[in-house]
Amino acid sequence: MSVELDVFVGNTTIMDKEVYQLWLNGYTVNDAVKVRMEGGVMEECEASAEVLLSDTMDQFRTFQMCERLLQNPAKLANQLLFQIPPDRQAMLIERYYAFADAFVREVLGKKLSKGTKKDLDDVSAKTGITLKSCRRQFDNFKRVFKVVEELKGPLVENIRQHFLLPDQLARDYAAIVFFANNRFETGKKKLQYLTFQDFAFCAGQLINNWTVGAVDNMVEDMDVDLDKEFLQDLKDLKILIADKDLLDQHKSLVCVALRGKTKVFNEMETNFKNLSRGLVNIAAKLTNPKDVRDFFIDLVEKFIEPCKSDRWTATDVNLYLTHYTNSAHILDSFKYQTVWTRYMGVIKSCILRMYHE
Amino acid sequence: MPGKLKAKVVAGRHLPVMDRASDLTDAFVEVKFGTTTFKTDVCPKSLNPQWNSEWFKFEVDDEDLQDEPLQITVLDHDTYSANDAIGKVYIDIDPLLCSEAATVISGWFPIYDTIHGIRGEINVLVKVDLFNDLNRFRQSSCGVKFFCTTSIPRCFRAVLIHGFVEELVVNEDPEYQWIDRIRTPRASNEARQRLISLMSGELQRKIGLKVLEMGGNAVVGYLQCFDLEGESGLVVRAIGTACTLDKISSTYTAAIVQNLSNSSPSKDMKDSPQAVPSALGCRSTHSSPVHSASSRLSQGFSVSVPTLLFAGMKNRHRSSEGPRARQCRAGFGEEAPGVPLSSGPPTPLRAQTFSSFSPSKSYSRQSSSSDTELSLTPKTARICLSPSSPIHQCMGSGGSAGKEAGPLKALLRQQTQSALEQREFPFFTLTGFPPAFLLHVGGVVSARSVKLLDRIHNPALGNTRSYKLLDWNSFTADEPETRDAWWEELRQEIKSHAKALGCHAVVGYSESTSICEEVCILSASGTAAILSSRFVQDGALDTDHRLSRQQASVFTTGAEKGEGVMGSSASLGFEDVAPPACGFCHIPYDELNMPFPAQLTYCHCCRRHKVPDVLFTTIDVPTEANVTGKGCLIQARLCRTKKKGQGEGNATAISNLLPFLEYELHTQLLNKLKLRGMNALFGLRVQISVGDTMLLGLASATGVYLTALPSPGGIQIAGKTPNDITYEQHISNMQKKINDTIAKNKELYEINPPKLFTLDPDAFRSINTEFVEEVIGSPIPEPRQRSRLFRSHSESSDEVLELDLSHGKKDAFVLEIDDTDAIEDIHSLLTDAPTPPGFYSCNTEIMPGIYNWTSGLQMFTSVRVFRLSNANLTNQGLNKIFNDLCENLLKSLYFKLRSMVPCCLCHVNFIVAVPEDELIQVAVTAVAMSFDKDQSQENGRQSGDKTLMKAITENEEQLQFPLELSAESPSNPLSCAKGLSEVSGPLPSARAPSVDHSSFTDRCSSWIEQLRLKAHTIRRGSIKTMSSLEKASPVPEGRSRSLRSNRSCPGSSITVVKMTPLSFIPGAKIIKYLGIINMFFIRETTSLREEGGVSGFLHSFIAEVFAMVRAHVAALGGNAVVSYSMKECVFMENPNKNQAQCLINVSGDAVIFIRESELEATPSQTQSGNVQTSSNGEGT
Repeated sequence: MSVELDVFVGNTTIMDKEVYQLWLNGYTVNDAVKVRMEGGVMEECEASAEVLLSDTMDQFRTFQMCERLLQNPAKLANQLLFQIPPDRQAMLIERYYAFADAFVREVLGKKLSKGTKKDLDDVSAKTGITLKSCRRQFDNFKRVFKVVEELKGPLVENIRQHFLLPDQLARDYAAIVFFANNRFETGKKKLQYLTFQDFAFCAGQLINNWTVGAVDNMVEDMDVDLDKEFLQDLKDLKILIADKDLLDQHKSLVCVALRGKTKVFNEMETNFKNLSRGLVNIAAKLTNPKDVRDFFIDLVEKFIEPCKSDRWTATDVNLYLTHYTNSAHILDSFKYQTVWTRYMGVIKSCILRMYHE
Repeated sequence: MPGKLKAKVVAGRHLPVMDRASDLTDAFVEVKFGTTTFKTDVCPKSLNPQWNSEWFKFEVDDEDLQDEPLQITVLDHDTYSANDAIGKVYIDIDPLLCSEAATVISGWFPIYDTIHGIRGEINVLVKVDLFNDLNRFRQSSCGVKFFCTTSIPRCFRAVLIHGFVEELVVNEDPEYQWIDRIRTPRASNEARQRLISLMSGELQRKIGLKVLEMGGNAVVGYLQCFDLEGESGLVVRAIGTACTLDKISSTYTAAIVQNLSNSSPSKDMKDSPQAVPSALGCRSTHSSPVHSASSRLSQGFSVSVPTLLFAGMKNRHRSSEGPRARQCRAGFGEEAPGVPLSSGPPTPLRAQTFSSFSPSKSYSRQSSSSDTELSLTPKTARICLSPSSPIHQCMGSGGSAGKEAGPLKALLRQQTQSALEQREFPFFTLTGFPPAFLLHVGGVVSARSVKLLDRIHNPALGNTRSYKLLDWNSFTADEPETRDAWWEELRQEIKSHAKALGCHAVVGYSESTSICEEVCILSASGTAAILSSRFVQDGALDTDHRLSRQQASVFTTGAEKGEGVMGSSASLGFEDVAPPACGFCHIPYDELNMPFPAQLTYCHCCRRHKVPDVLFTTIDVPTEANVTGKGCLIQARLCRTKKKGQGEGNATAISNLLPFLEYELHTQLLNKLKLRGMNALFGLRVQISVGDTMLLGLASATGVYLTALPSPGGIQIAGKTPNDITYEQHISNMQKKINDTIAKNKELYEINPPKLFTLDPDAFRSINTEFVEEVIGSPIPEPRQRSRLFRSHSESSDEVLELDLSHGKKDAFVLEIDDTDAIEDIHSLLTDAPTPPGFYSCNTEIMPGIYNWTSGLQMFTSVRVFRLSNANLTNQGLNKIFNDLCENLLKSLYFKLRSMVPCCLCHVNFIVAVPEDELIQVAVTAVAMSFDKDQSQENGRQSGDKTLMKAITENEEQLQFPLELSAESPSNPLSCAKGLSEVSGPLPSARAPSVDHSSFTDRCSSWIEQLRLKAHTIRRGSIKTMSSLEKASPVPEGRSRSLRSNRSCPGSSITVVKMTPLSFIPGAKIIKYLGIINMFFIRETTSLREEGGVSGFLHSFIAEVFAMVRAHVAALGGNAVVSYSMKECVFMENPNKNQAQCLINVSGDAVIFIRESELEATPSQTQSGNVQTSSNGEGT
């Protein structure tokens, strides 16, 4: 004696947010039923385990049928098969494209290839996120990447329009796409302390300032790739450390400005040349893709770590970087003001974001 | 010849990839109607092709227009191999043939393929230019409107209700053709879909012809069914009620004039919607007060009521010599403390409405004498009377009846009677009626017969199956005859049952079949009733419609007259003659000559007439009914094992089982009803499904406590082994449980009829003091003090005794648990889980006692198939399984819909089937509607009244306004509204017993209608600009667009389409009916596992069916389907072959509705924009 077939179809598709989340989390029907039972729906509604199982199965099936549409959210609004109120549609899409921070940290900056996908079971084991959920998140990244890769126009806007995502989520995806495209290294031990949001912030900075789109917004790939010309121009900044006079001049200007304003003035003074060399070297090397990948590691190694060992506070860092940037403008023989501003603006906000006390 | 069909293929979207190499498709479209085919160009390499074709024109007969669907096939062009079909769209163009329905079909249709399901969408435009054909010999019936709704549709009023129409069409089933061997299932399924589409078109046309012949213009309660008889073919049959409907606007002006001329809200105004304007003049001619007296007199005669299932079963397969009828008669009575209750002050106007024709004694006698045996029932051909003859007839009989009632009254009654009796089948598929149409209800009548399919085909051929080798066409001619004869037999039987109940009509009538291999059970059931002549045409089948209509209007006038007179008597203080709400409960048959044993008491509302103790009906709760508390869904479920059999033996076995099945279902229903402390069942539907090894019986109904009927007593349990102490204890335990349950249920359903008389002084005055004392002093009328005369039974009276359902009668509701069976029964009685808090359920349109519906609406279909692993189950075991299956299904529904609480599952419709040996399939379609808990019940009524009053006051101020408008645009079908019957339904306040508002309501509604129209145009205008912005979309401006509400997604082009099995949408007003939706789909798969198994397969199929229904409605310009039902859901699987197939038939009425809240928002705009209009209309 068994229920052979059990179907429920509503004219308006019924979807329970809680069950949806369980499905998204990659639970099996039985596990989901267990979770729901523990959640106490049964007592609430005088339901039996059987009823719960039937409901869960049914909804899982519905989600599965919807999945095809969710992968192309624009279709969801235009399809005739499921009548779903707009607010529900938005919820479905948003949750489908939501991802776990733990997961994204694992794949951020990696190539979104089959090879990476094969390694997802390791990621799953490491993060405790089900493989199914990992795959969905990974496929989402890949799908978004593929679509926006070929589109003109602002990256975030493209993502938002194509996938009908809320602004914040669209920004996060832009970051993921950007990282994946430039293959920024994020997995090194030294970078482990950084959260996805830290990187997303930095990505936002880079996208807004260092890409072609930041200057001209009708160029293809403009938001995904860094502005090559700009990277070339960065080499000119080398003068700041190569020219001894300029370096000393810069140092004295910064020191004058900083004196008496911070407790770690001495450390700043002694470290100035080191730090300045670090930052300018990073800039000078960015034409090399390999060094682009190491951008964040370099920032940590060349700037953040020395500051940390000297116990700078975030305010100190801010102060230092502000004056470090501004002082360069006063240098008479320094001609690359625009490039300098464009470079240091991003570097400053990235470092500040990455500087966890 | 007269019709030009035009079609244009605009675009496609979301097409499937047909060319793997390019991941694209080279699509083109074939547009076919009849034998003509047009093709579009190929749109290469696109999944979203833009064809933007020319207009394809088909010049065709209107006959073809009705029969044929427009076939649109989307194909993938292939240079080297055959073109691959992507899928098809069938468009029923019938809605375009009615001038008042849709004018254009335009929208996105899902492209459907039987194997792949929906594969993208196609945008099509269809128009029809129709030339009027006045040829009286024409074969078409364009213009006849069809409604699935089983009450008068909301924006129409009934001028006349002509009566029963039926037709059936037979063909061979392509699935079973020999050719099946050489063609794919897909091809035969497509052929099947096409054929059924064609057959239902033909059927509809033929029914339309019959309607025209009767002088009607519409079919209401249209019920079309398919019988898949397998090898013996495919039957498409339909029944319905022919009516003459009037768009509410047409008599609007007259009504307004009338309203204005009457300074006080008198009866006349209420009646006016029913009277054709010409009748108004006649009214004043008779005004003798004699009539009022006489009609009061006749009221006094109107007698008792039963509550019975009145059923007959027959086994009439060919071998049996002549019809052997078995009939079950039942009387369930019980002594109950009559709980007096007044239904609030009886409104004078209502009283008059009601009073018109209560059956007089003489009538009852006549009807019981006409309780003929089947063979005696005249299998009448329709009697054709000359236009003048009915009048003569009436005159003659009027004289003889004059002693009891005034001549006019008698004449009218005679008229009704003869009008209905002259009819071959005085049946009505309606379940809801215009006020004052339903006078008395007798009880449920049903008949079943078991037939053998393959033999009956053509008697001339004897028992051979060789007919298949012969030319099919030579048989098709005979075929419908045979099927017709089967149904005819059954209907005759129903008719005679109704007569036995003293009734001249059957309402809430329906027919169904259950087929298993070669055995077919035909079932028919309905509710015996006495109807007012108001809407009933005389029996004359005159081809001159106008003339017959005229006659009818004369009678209508007569009726008006009688009532007009009553109105005057009302003002003299006789208004309480017949409290309106309880009239239908009064028994229609003769108290002294009851057709079955029943216990009668005086009506608890009016205390004048007899009512039965329990009332079973197949109709909806009449709007005027007084119901105490809330109702609930009651189901009796039963499984009976049966030996496998073949042919005749099998048929005999089944027909032997049937009476017992029916009897037990009935007992179960009655017990469950008692257990809930209720006394009446509405919407009773008994389904018997036959399988190879079992019979399933499922009876569903909505139990309510009718205030007019006596309160039901408890259930007593008695054991037959009295000396055993433990046994006694066991019994008393059980008794206690039952008593507790009853008490709990009464609380749950708020059944607490007031214990004291609170009649209003007027009513009190008129009641005989003696009588009052009797009722108060001994509320329990001595049950056996009345002599019960059993109706003489010429046919096998012993059988009647054997099957007398009233066996428990002597000790009303004593259950004897002397065997395991009974214990099982009691257990099952108690295991029915109560609905969870916040939920109510019913299978009628709406739940009595709930008035304040919100707009929350969720229609759903749920299907379950249960496999019995052990074939050797006992009846009890099977019963338990079946019972659990249904209960669990309900529980699941409650759980699913918990977010809608407080809510009510309405129109819960179960379909049970035995698709295979060990499978039980249950399909449920229902709608969950949430309501506002804060102001439930009485408050709801009050607030309803208040809003109505508010509307009235507003309306008084605005009265000028609609008048002027209507003068301005009298030709506009939407321009105004008039009619109580249509209005009273959807308004919650209509349930309030007061009727004097109704005349106001008329005016309100007309005014509202006007605004709505305005609102509609305004909205359309604003949307137009919006849609012009959507350059990308090739959809031409259509009405669907204009209706697109802000609810839909901003970027979406999808109209939200509501679906409901009810005839209305709460909180909204239906402003236009666009035509009937009747769709048939087959889906098959050869990769069942890959599609998610049987559940996944069926899930997506049902979702696809919904989607296609919605798309067609949207294309017609509608935003809802009302009276939606799933008639058929045949699911077959073969897991070993990884295959499954399913066939679904759905139907409903496409409508445009407007939210009442939207309406409220528009008046100011409309008014301001309307200054000009008013000045124009000054002349009115």
